[in-house]
Amino acid sequence: MAKALINVPAKARRGDVIEIKALTSHIMETGYRHTAAGEIVPRDIITSFTCRFNGAELFRADFFPAIAANPYLSFFMIANDSGKLDFEWIGDHGFSTTASASLSVVE
Amino acid sequence: MMNQQHETTRRHFLTLAASAAAAGALPVVTVRPAEATPAMLSAAIHNVVGEAPLRIGKVKLDIPPLVENGNTVPMMVSVDSPMTAEDHVKSIHVFNEKNPQPNIGNFYLSPLSGRAQVSTRIRLADSQKVTAIAHLSDGSFWQTSVDVVVTLAACTEEVL
Repeated sequence: MAKALINVPAKARRGDVIEIKALTSHIMETGYRHTAAGEIVPRDIITSFTCRFNGAELFRADFFPAIAANPYLSFFMIANDSGKLDFEWIGDHGFSTTASASLSVVE
Repeated sequence: MMNQQHETTRRHFLTLAASAAAAGALPVVTVRPAEATPAMLSAAIHNVVGEAPLRIGKVKLDIPPLVENGNTVPMMVSVDSPMTAEDHVKSIHVFNEKNPQPNIGNFYLSPLSGRAQVSTRIRLADSQKVTAIAHLSDGSFWQTSVDVVVTLAACTEEVL
């Protein structure tokens, strides 16, 4: 399983808009490069990323070869309740990795 | 000197426009894109937007105007939206002109997002225009484009 880095504030006040950062290690081979011998290097990319909060989809992304290696994403959410954030990356050749983080909301 | 010349042409234009308007001879103005967009890009945008009108505005695309290395270019898209259940951004789609493929990424948001802003790092194979399109919950589509100059290209270089 590839390494993933998640950055979520551990605590937030109710109603705050918080930033979520997610990074995973992946070559993101475009499929458009070729070797010196002229052979195409086969595509190997992450095609989708999903973030769920307490099971409900919060944010989702489709990736194309134009996303840089080791895909980085930053997006936002309203901290209404405490709960668990689940992250999932899915890609070519059965690639899949997950990560999770918990958020605690204080008054 | 330059100023004077500019003044003259502007006045000349205004006079022409005024006389044309007076004569009731102003033609119907057809709005065309400033630059011809390649077929693949148009097709990719059409896949997202369909026949809906694409309006300019609301979307902000932050990319450095001059990029040294096209392999990793920071990009931030934000949309002017209150992000409430009634009025929010459903998705943001980013396209390019000159990479081998016109799509860069699609980002799907929800009212729980709170702020319509997404950042990532992209690849650019050449100096080109990058376009972001936002799909709002009322069904409207908004877009913006920025020009980026890339000195070292990405995507297609040879593997040694």
